[in-house]
Amino acid sequence: MAEQGKLREFTKGIFEYNPMFVLVLGICPSLAVTTSVKNGMAMGGAATFVLICSNFIISIVRSYIPREIRIPCFIVIIAAFVTMVELVMKAYLPEELNASLGIFIPLIVVNCIIMYRAESFAYKNKPLDSVLDGAGLGLGWTLSLCLISGIRELLGAGTIFGLKISESYEPASVMIMAPGAFIVLGLLLGFFNWQKLRKSEKAMKAHIQND
Amino acid sequence: MIKELALIIVSVVFVNNFVLSKFLGLCPFLGVSQKTSSALGMGVAVTFVMTIASAITWIVYNYILLPGDANIVAMVFPSIRESGLIEVLKTISYILVIATLVQLVEMMLRKMMPALYESLGIYLPLITTNCAVLGVALLNTTDSPTHLGFLQATVQGFGAGIGFTVAMLLMSGIRERLALVNIPQSLRGVPIAFICTGLMALAFFGFSGMVQ
Repeated sequence: MAEQGKLREFTKGIFEYNPMFVLVLGICPSLAVTTSVKNGMAMGGAATFVLICSNFIISIVRSYIPREIRIPCFIVIIAAFVTMVELVMKAYLPEELNASLGIFIPLIVVNCIIMYRAESFAYKNKPLDSVLDGAGLGLGWTLSLCLISGIRELLGAGTIFGLKISESYEPASVMIMAPGAFIVLGLLLGFFNWQKLRKSEKAMKAHIQND
Repeated sequence: MIKELALIIVSVVFVNNFVLSKFLGLCPFLGVSQKTSSALGMGVAVTFVMTIASAITWIVYNYILLPGDANIVAMVFPSIRESGLIEVLKTISYILVIATLVQLVEMMLRKMMPALYESLGIYLPLITTNCAVLGVALLNTTDSPTHLGFLQATVQGFGAGIGFTVAMLLMSGIRERLALVNIPQSLRGVPIAFICTGLMALAFFGFSGMVQ
């Protein structure tokens, strides 16, 4: 039973609490960096690392942080991890990947997802649960980034992971630029809402028939 | 001089609008744009914080973080003069400046303009985590292609705030009308707001090329 509880802390972040499509948090970096799948994955990885580490540290020190100044404390902890990620990425990742992520790596500090999990989960729960929660939400966010960037790269550049898919396809470069990002995310959110509505309607019908 | 500053404002309000072409500050943009009055209040508060944050982070960047003779910390710890603190302390120092500033604005507003303070509610402390504020600080200093002067950086912060306010006002006008229209149920709320933002961004594309 306890095992199942732990597993749930992890999996809830992927579907039930998906940060992008259910909570609609952390939109700014998700739109800015999703011009190609590679960028999306790098961004997702960086944010997931920060999310796991900050959740862990915050839940360890949570009994020492007074309630009134918790937000500044969270921000300093998160900013420290972001600085680490930034330095590591600068050292080991290719130059052009760093250039295309640009200011959005330091901007992980103000990513709402990390703050939201710190405030509503890590500040109230045990370290192990917080790490699993962070890993789950981070994975959920990374998967959503891959989905959006996959669609945008496919339509906007005609490639996936930089590989050309078809010679005859004329890329619609607007999908790579700002307007395309907004429209793709809007339509995807609408699609997931539609799925949810259909499911609840089915459940309602089944319920009526059973009665 | 004045021409240069005007150019910065035009470029940051229309051509490189923070919300519509740089994707900064989307959370408050979608969260507070339901009503025109609260959108205006939020825009003014953000503009104020952005202007002062640009000024202060410029000072922090030039006199504390950058290596060189002007570094104040280097007077106490001479080893800093060579390396500077830019690599390790940039993010932390900027976010602390912004968090303190927002707290200050909150206290000032509560004393001087209680009505505006009440109407902004929860969104006032949330300016701290508005990525447009940290974004403008970073774009002014570390990520700027040229070294901006104090005045240019401050004006760029002010202009970015105005651009944010313009986008917020336009969006709130659209959303007030959207509330009266028959939209497919699954697109209601945030999805349709995103699609409208996309169309607005497409319209703002028309400004690109206006300023080099």
